[in-house]
Amino acid sequence: MKATHQCHAADPFDYAPVDEILERYQGQKGATIPVLQAIQEVYGYLPRQAMEYAAKQLRIPFSRIYGVATFYAQFHLTPRGENIIRVCQGTACHVRGAAKIVDALKEQLGIEVGETTEDLKFTLESVACIGACGLAPVIMINNDTFGRLTPEKIKEILKNY
Amino acid sequence: MMEAQSYRVRVGLATCGIAAGADKTYDQLVPLLAEHGIVPERTGCLGMCFSEPLVEVITPTGDSYLYGGVTADKAAAIVEQHIVGGKPVEELLALASSAATENDHFMSKQHRVLLEHVGVIDPESIDSYLAFNGYKALIKAVNEMTQQEVIKEVQKSGLRGRGGAGFPTGMKWNFTYQAKGDKKYVVCNADEGDPGAFMDRSILEGNPHALIEGMTIAAYAVGADEGYIYVRAEYPLAIKRLRIAIKEANNHGYLGNKILGTNFNFNLKIKEGAGAFVCGEETALLASIEGLRGIPRPRPPFPATSGLWGKPTLLNNVETYANVPAIFRLGAAEYSKVGTESSKGTKVFALTGKIKKTGLAEVPMGITMREIIYDIGGGIQDDKEFKAVQIGGPSGGCLPAEQLDLSVDYDSLTAAGAMMGSGGLVVMDETTCMVDLAKFFLTFTQSESCGKCTPCREGTKRMLEILERITEGKGQPGDIETLEELGSAIRDSALCGLGQTAPNPVLSTLRYFRHEYEEHINEGKCRAGVCSNLISYFIIKDKCVGCTVCAKNCPVNAISGERKQPHEIDQSICIKCGVCYEKCKFDAIILK
Ligand SMILES: Cc1cc2nc3c(=O)[nH]c(=O)nc-3n(C[C@H](O)[C@H](O)[C@H](O)COP(=O)(O)O)c2cc1C
Ligand code: FES
Repeated sequence: MKATHQCHAADPFDYAPVDEILERYQGQKGATIPVLQAIQEVYGYLPRQAMEYAAKQLRIPFSRIYGVATFYAQFHLTPRGENIIRVCQGTACHVRGAAKIVDALKEQLGIEVGETTEDLKFTLESVACIGACGLAPVIMINNDTFGRLTPEKIKEILKNY
Repeated sequence: MMEAQSYRVRVGLATCGIAAGADKTYDQLVPLLAEHGIVPERTGCLGMCFSEPLVEVITPTGDSYLYGGVTADKAAAIVEQHIVGGKPVEELLALASSAATENDHFMSKQHRVLLEHVGVIDPESIDSYLAFNGYKALIKAVNEMTQQEVIKEVQKSGLRGRGGAGFPTGMKWNFTYQAKGDKKYVVCNADEGDPGAFMDRSILEGNPHALIEGMTIAAYAVGADEGYIYVRAEYPLAIKRLRIAIKEANNHGYLGNKILGTNFNFNLKIKEGAGAFVCGEETALLASIEGLRGIPRPRPPFPATSGLWGKPTLLNNVETYANVPAIFRLGAAEYSKVGTESSKGTKVFALTGKIKKTGLAEVPMGITMREIIYDIGGGIQDDKEFKAVQIGGPSGGCLPAEQLDLSVDYDSLTAAGAMMGSGGLVVMDETTCMVDLAKFFLTFTQSESCGKCTPCREGTKRMLEILERITEGKGQPGDIETLEELGSAIRDSALCGLGQTAPNPVLSTLRYFRHEYEEHINEGKCRAGVCSNLISYFIIKDKCVGCTVCAKNCPVNAISGERKQPHEIDQSICIKCGVCYEKCKFDAIILK
């Protein structure tokens, strides 16, 4: 399996990480989602070449991989920003003023939810609940959670990125 | 020798604690305590989110002092004043074993079986779990009981599933045990998709071995040798701690091959979810573990007979499994003394929204909603008026003040038009609009609908359109009736639980807050002041001192007036953002 990416001689895409991931999950049942998660971890999103390549190596139709990738909210088919901001839109946050937090983020970053800033620094996404509802309203930047937010605090937090 | 007599310090380091800054407090404490030969201990969440970050000091004589709101800058005071000076820091005290605090009711009304050791033990150390009788239940089950005896004990306990529907757990175990098959699986649903719910997270982050022990007992009972924990990807810390716990349990012979030296094997793996609410539904969850799109399928066959890769599969929720060790430690008879006739044991609730003391509370089944909200939760924030409590997430319902004395158990809640669900309680005051809330939930279920069946895919969309219309002030006569008709049709005809329960938030608000819908439609009024098309802001001339704060903060320059003169809002420009209303220090701006 190792040397197969050489057949893409004219293709500048770096397939080596995909090979490595496929080897890690070789022979495991139901590996499609973990494989896609690992690919996204490496590239920041799911490049089409990587998915096509993985489908071929796993001997499953591309449509199946593509179907899985588009079903789950976690997967992204286009490049995303360096920092991912996830703003909670769950019930507890909604009741405690999440809408104002979203507005403050949109204003600060100059983008809508689901978009990425032009300098590729931030992507703004919404999430259904982070599980820190006791500190609502809450956002997550990469793996860090920030709670008890006010629109004023957003400015301070963004400064650190 | 010195150690036994020295102070001990614990820091609550679960996601909510860390979000409030507990990790910084911990880092601050390490060098400060090192000078006194103390290493701070790491623990899970005590459930007092309202008071995070939490630091507990245990004196050499065993007294406990729990400090709340301990941000990094306050760490030094605790070390100097309490540990060096021997005098508790009164102003930070949240709870104390020997003194009264305002939070005493928060704990005294609870009955902690599941959460007993959450916030006490170090979740990243199996020794810490073992020190509190950890894995004793597994040893008892595997060494002293047959598979049927284990199942009988669970049946006798009266335990019902904590994942929402409340199906009798022992019965499910028995079905899976009796199902024919050479290979069986045990799966844990740790998808915790209901917004506003985080009890499963607190168990995963605070006492992961309790879940592993419960699952291993289940595997022994039904005859499974392989298992999966399906955890949502939004819980990175829970996943990390589970990984550590599984590894340690394997090393100690409580998991893996030849458990406790017998021929019983059980290998446990973690599967990370990928962000789809519907994957909390059991058949969708199993499809997702198999690497497919998480789309539900009709039942029967139930997973007990045909689940993962077509094999008999036992599937329970985190809290359900975490109850199992307690049943065997206490004995089913003792365990079932708590609760009501049909709902045994305790249930963990997440208290959120406009409640004073947000957090986790484990209470005996049969407690009233009033006790949970007022005695434990301390009532409504800013002493506003209670309007409703939402229970059961997007599948549940809203209960009004008249239902505050309702007994909290599976059957009473269902009869009242709500459901136990996972245990999220979102409290709302007069500033929440019930029509807007119904719209909020339907927007959620609409976007999470997998699209397989028509009633859910199209029906919820039509309902949402009507709700959008009503909140925009364009409601029409007959809208309420159409909502009811659509709602009951979807409930009866959707394929899975997501669609069948999606109309619940609408139907329950129509049942208890119909007048709010009628006001929106007939009078163009939103009493909560939420639906922006139905409200206007005005300045009361007599109260306005002309400080210009409102005018300066208005994002669209709709406010004009001279300094020291009453100001005015131009209604044709105003976007009703409410900034002026919040900024005015003289209560001169009103909402109509
Ligand atoms: C749309 C939908 C979402 C669900 N989400 C969850 C969930 O997040 N966690 C959970 O334990 N059960 C969830 N359930 C219930 C599961 O299908 C299943 O009944 C439960 O996990 C069984 O465990 P129990 O018997 O221990 O309660 C959901 C059901 C539906 C219909
Ligand atoms: S609702 Fe926002 S963190 Fe749970």
